[in-house]
Amino acid sequence: MDAQVTPTPFADVELAHFLDALFERYHYDFRRYAGASLKRRVASALVHFGEDELPTFERRVLEDPAAFAELLRFLTVQVSDLFRDPPYFRAVRERVVPVLATYPSLKIWVAGCATGEEAYSLAILLAEEGLLARTQIYATDIHPESLRTAAAGVYALERFARFSENYLQAGGRASLSDYYTADYSAAVLDGSLRKAILFADHSLATDSVFAEMQFISCRNVLIYFDRDLQNHALGVLESSLCRRGFLGLGLKESLRFTTHANAFREFAPDERLYQRL
Amino acid sequence: MPARAEAIVIGGSAGALDALQTILPSLPRGFALPIVVVLHMLPGRPSGLASVLGGNSALSVKEAEDKEAMSAGTVYLASPGYHLLVEKDRHFALSVDEPVHFSRPSIDVLFESAADAFGKELVGVLLSGANEDGARGLFDIRQAGGVTIVQAPQTAAAPPMPEAALRLGAAAHVLGLVAIGELLRALAGGHFPPGSAVEKVSG
Repeated sequence: MDAQVTPTPFADVELAHFLDALFERYHYDFRRYAGASLKRRVASALVHFGEDELPTFERRVLEDPAAFAELLRFLTVQVSDLFRDPPYFRAVRERVVPVLATYPSLKIWVAGCATGEEAYSLAILLAEEGLLARTQIYATDIHPESLRTAAAGVYALERFARFSENYLQAGGRASLSDYYTADYSAAVLDGSLRKAILFADHSLATDSVFAEMQFISCRNVLIYFDRDLQNHALGVLESSLCRRGFLGLGLKESLRFTTHANAFREFAPDERLYQRL
Repeated sequence: MPARAEAIVIGGSAGALDALQTILPSLPRGFALPIVVVLHMLPGRPSGLASVLGGNSALSVKEAEDKEAMSAGTVYLASPGYHLLVEKDRHFALSVDEPVHFSRPSIDVLFESAADAFGKELVGVLLSGANEDGARGLFDIRQAGGVTIVQAPQTAAAPPMPEAALRLGAAAHVLGLVAIGELLRALAGGHFPPGSAVEKVSG
């Protein structure tokens, strides 16, 4: 047990240097991420790579793009579930969908989609509500490997018991098994769902608006940003929404401490669904 | 001479809710420090913890929100399913990073980040619990010069968590619940009683 006890393995100034260097070399910008969890993630990357010191690790990552690709996983990857936080999806179904149904065609953006679970959840929900055929879902992330996983739509079969439970709690109208084909260890989501989603590389830190959406779901992404970057990202999201378009955040996220609170009204406050004014 | 304390962080799991219901009611209205609490709870259940703890306490009790600033005299609880961290600018941050010691929220995650943010201006309290989450974080608080308090294992419904902290040498004070409340009141008043100092910091 004592062997695990090490002081924080690097100083803030070394971390700042490291993040600057990553941006210069690879154009990934983590400099305005929330510091405390970023520090944890870099520390666990050091352990994974068997490095004791950040400056040494920095030289290695700058010289070796493969090492950087591996590091990116530590800095970005979120694990989610299908229909994670069922009350959110229930509120989307019961309150947002009736408004979305009034549009002749729909653009929906899942910003920070990680390995795709949320985008597929929305696709299933929209299919059941008869809207998927006229909807383009954009699902974006900064992590190429996650986007590849997401586009494949294949998840470990053992996860589907929880997914099914979530789906039913979220007001699912059928059986989740209608939407996937399973073998011994994995399940692949239905091709009709995959066709409705365009997975693409996009950074809320460094990229801008690319289309006008009726609904943007950006959950548990903003908590990883510091306040400046949060405000910047919310500016991108706000500019990407049509008037009266919807923004969904994580259940513990809110606009309250941001500069964009006045641009939205609370639409379903408990489920953190906002409507652009 | 230690610096004046600026915040208190408290962690626990099995048995810690009862412990908190002894400690928090002993703290007076207008208590001079913010208190941040991580309790391991069953995931997915609505947390009525704030109303349970708030009902018996003169302090206001609420779940901490992302980017919220800390106020004195308020007890902030970590939300089930989220790690709670403290940033250098002394605002809260939440994360859904993977569980630590099978726990999210994890006590280690709160304690390590708070030690980083507050240094020696921090008080850490580790209560009853059935696993080792929090011991390492409490050690970090002690390394950073903060005041560390562990519930005496013989008074804990579940001793493994306090015992893990003692094994690491993370504890400056090993106390029963009533004495923990007294020490917190003294620290909030700017008094620093000498540690019982049973353990020496090693490593």
